[in-house]
Amino acid sequence: MANSSVKLHYEVADNDFTVAGEASGAVKKVLRQLGFPSDVIRRVAVSMYECEINMVIHANGGHIDVEITPDKIRMVHTDKGPGIKDIGQAMQKGFSTANEEVRQLGFGAGMGLPNMQRYTDEMKITTEIGKGTVVDMTVYVNKF
Amino acid sequence: MTVKDIAQRLSLTEAFSGENVDREVTGCYIGDLLSLVMSKAQQGDAWITVQGNINVPAVSTLTDCAMVIIAENMKLDEAALARAKMEEIPVYYSEKSAFEIACGIKECL
Repeated sequence: MANSSVKLHYEVADNDFTVAGEASGAVKKVLRQLGFPSDVIRRVAVSMYECEINMVIHANGGHIDVEITPDKIRMVHTDKGPGIKDIGQAMQKGFSTANEEVRQLGFGAGMGLPNMQRYTDEMKITTEIGKGTVVDMTVYVNKF
Repeated sequence: MTVKDIAQRLSLTEAFSGENVDREVTGCYIGDLLSLVMSKAQQGDAWITVQGNINVPAVSTLTDCAMVIIAENMKLDEAALARAKMEEIPVYYSEKSAFEIACGIKECL
């Protein structure tokens, strides 16, 4: 894979928990086949899954583009949601706008974005009210 | 101790066992809040929860838990069980509390 990259694209359906996690599960398998370290695979899989769930719960679905190179994995999540009014508030542990149904499914504890930040080396959120949000995350392979 | 051995020692009821029953269980985590489980559960853990929805097999796969034990007589819903089978995740049921199950697992490790 030297000097090359693997590019993957996934569509995330709106409000469909039955398929949430398919993209992160698929990327996990690819990374395992490519021989990436298990801690890197876990960080990518968990941050991607949290983002997928957010897209399903809050943002009418969207799509994910993943680029895998030997030194880093970049995941760009583009949703069709309402946008985030206050990113600082959304990043606070425990802050959530999820409804009761989502909480009963085990989410909505306000830990999604903090988990994504914790597990990735770079995270950039670009949001526009009424248009959507792009969450761009990168995990480096050899960053200590 | 393996998944199969723990299931037997703790008299767990099988929901799905599959081809990973001989996997070694190396720890245990109790949790129902999935974001917390994702950040804390470790590879090889027996994950004890009362959640039974489609997100349970997804989180188990991502964290690479060795087995899932659904406590307090709760059950996986149909979609979750189908996903567990597809992902080859051993899932067991117990009428005991998470605490009682975890105490049993501690004696096995």
